[in-house]
Amino acid sequence: MTHALDPDAPAAEIPPRREPLAPYRDVTRSDAAFRAYLHGLPGVDQVGAEARTAVLGTRSIKTTAKAWAIDTAIAMVDLTTLEGADTPGKVRSLAAKARRPDPTDPSCPPVAAVCVYGDLAGVAEAALAGTGISVAAVATAFPSGRASRAVKLADVRDAVANGADEIDMVIDRGAFLAGRYLDVYDEIVAVKEACGDAHLKVILETGELVTLDNVRRASWLAMLAGGDFIKTSTGKISPAATLPVCLVMLEAVRDFRAATGRQVGVKPAGGIRTTKDAIRHLVLVNEVAGPDWLSPDRFRLGASSLLGDLLLQRQKLRTGHYSGPDHVSVD
Amino acid sequence: MSTDRLAVRKTYKLYVNGAFPRSESGRIYEVTDAKGAFLANAAWASRKDARDAVVAARAASAKWSGATAYNRGQVLYRVAEVMEGRHAQFCDEVAAGEGLSSSKARAAVDAAIDRWVWYAGWTDKLGAVLGGSNPVAGPYFDFSVPEPTGVVAILAPQRSSLLGLVSVLAPVLAGGSTAVVVTSKARPLPAVTLGEVLATSDVPGGVVNVLTGDAGEIGPWLAEHDDVDGIDLTGAPAGQAMELERLAAGGIKRVVRPPAEEPDWSADPGLSRLTPFLETKTVWHPMGL
Repeated sequence: MTHALDPDAPAAEIPPRREPLAPYRDVTRSDAAFRAYLHGLPGVDQVGAEARTAVLGTRSIKTTAKAWAIDTAIAMVDLTTLEGADTPGKVRSLAAKARRPDPTDPSCPPVAAVCVYGDLAGVAEAALAGTGISVAAVATAFPSGRASRAVKLADVRDAVANGADEIDMVIDRGAFLAGRYLDVYDEIVAVKEACGDAHLKVILETGELVTLDNVRRASWLAMLAGGDFIKTSTGKISPAATLPVCLVMLEAVRDFRAATGRQVGVKPAGGIRTTKDAIRHLVLVNEVAGPDWLSPDRFRLGASSLLGDLLLQRQKLRTGHYSGPDHVSVD
Repeated sequence: MSTDRLAVRKTYKLYVNGAFPRSESGRIYEVTDAKGAFLANAAWASRKDARDAVVAARAASAKWSGATAYNRGQVLYRVAEVMEGRHAQFCDEVAAGEGLSSSKARAAVDAAIDRWVWYAGWTDKLGAVLGGSNPVAGPYFDFSVPEPTGVVAILAPQRSSLLGLVSVLAPVLAGGSTAVVVTSKARPLPAVTLGEVLATSDVPGGVVNVLTGDAGEIGPWLAEHDDVDGIDLTGAPAGQAMELERLAAGGIKRVVRPPAEEPDWSADPGLSRLTPFLETKTVWHPMGL
């Protein structure tokens, strides 16, 4: 398979496959073995998952607990703009919002990261220098992931060179659904290497994976391949982040840590628009994965309009009366 | 046979965003006629219902304020048409709730329907009557146009349950604002039926939101809400109006103060209820340069 970007690719030496962590060292020895392993994961009870999230979603979080949850959620937001019409100016204004989400209240925490396309990572990095807010860039032919591996890796290297601290990659859903799990695995490993020091978030695009069983398989695949975060969706496909999907992924990271000792983060993205949605996710994190995951290092919320609603609710708690959309910035 | 039939006891709901939800609080209260006999159960709206209603009214504002005046007039006239079809039901509810004779109740319902027609006629005349070009000493073409205020909270009259309600609601809609109405606490049934009329006429969902319940409870939340642009305190409880005005000042709202006594709503309203919820925009256009 020759490619303009990487004409030597077929001639190049294929590096030895990096093996997963301890108890799973041999599962990637062959395509058949890997498929057997992933299909051997326990099946997900979809009705049970929906029932559990429905019950947890009714939990009432009020007053001081709500204030804590809102601040925690703000600190977990990956403030995102992934539009064809993005400009450096828009990224800079988003960065300003990320540093001081509520200019009227200095006690409001900054968000965790700003998420942009790779070519704008440099703009975001310059605007966020010294703030501790990370720059996340989507790469690997986001959102479809339909490009050759050489292009995807070049995309990743370019984003990292532009200053991205975190790379959000998409998996090859076509290969995954066709059962070519080892291809998907190898690609994530290659992207992880191309990331260097940057953290890698692996987008499963659960809206295209059809079943929760597939979500569990993809989660394990991404974690075995070395992803630092598993992320639900690109936000370009509906349904995006749903609570049952998030539940399955949180179970996966919990079980993975129990088995290997490595703690992987989870990032639901897309479709989380209200404070209520965000708090439901936090409840789920606490109940399924445990409080260890209630930190921006381990749990993120990919969103754009969510921050506005969090700020409105925060203002309501602070002032005692309802606020309006005129009182937060529009991005 | 018919005397043995069990009565169908009704529990009415709110009218928010074009749908009929129960109160978020789950509360209901008994509505009685003027003599104290049970009429129906009504939803007892809470502050969160008011919050949801404001969100709906805000969302509906762009479309309603952006509709042509001609179109708004047609929609309001359609409300009158649909009300006319429910004439008898309105008469029964007004007579029971306000303790009026059937002829007086009929007169009130007739006047309420006529009021919709009257305000429907006003929509496309406001610009000419309240705006126009202004003579200025300079090379400018200077003109003013009335524009809608936005989201208006209305504490509807407590006594006149239909004519009073229409008299405060229709002018807000005619001007292009959207409304959150808190009905008369003791006499909410005509307002509930009006909600059903609005749902089946051409008024877009969210333009009118009807909350049955206690104006004294919900009023302060609406008065202090930053996303409400104006508040009509006509039905505010005696003694609370001053406090509501103070709260409304925090968000710089248009306020219509309550009258000392509930007025005779059958009188010609003139423009007095149209102008408070209109903002005058004046444009200075350079010319002759």
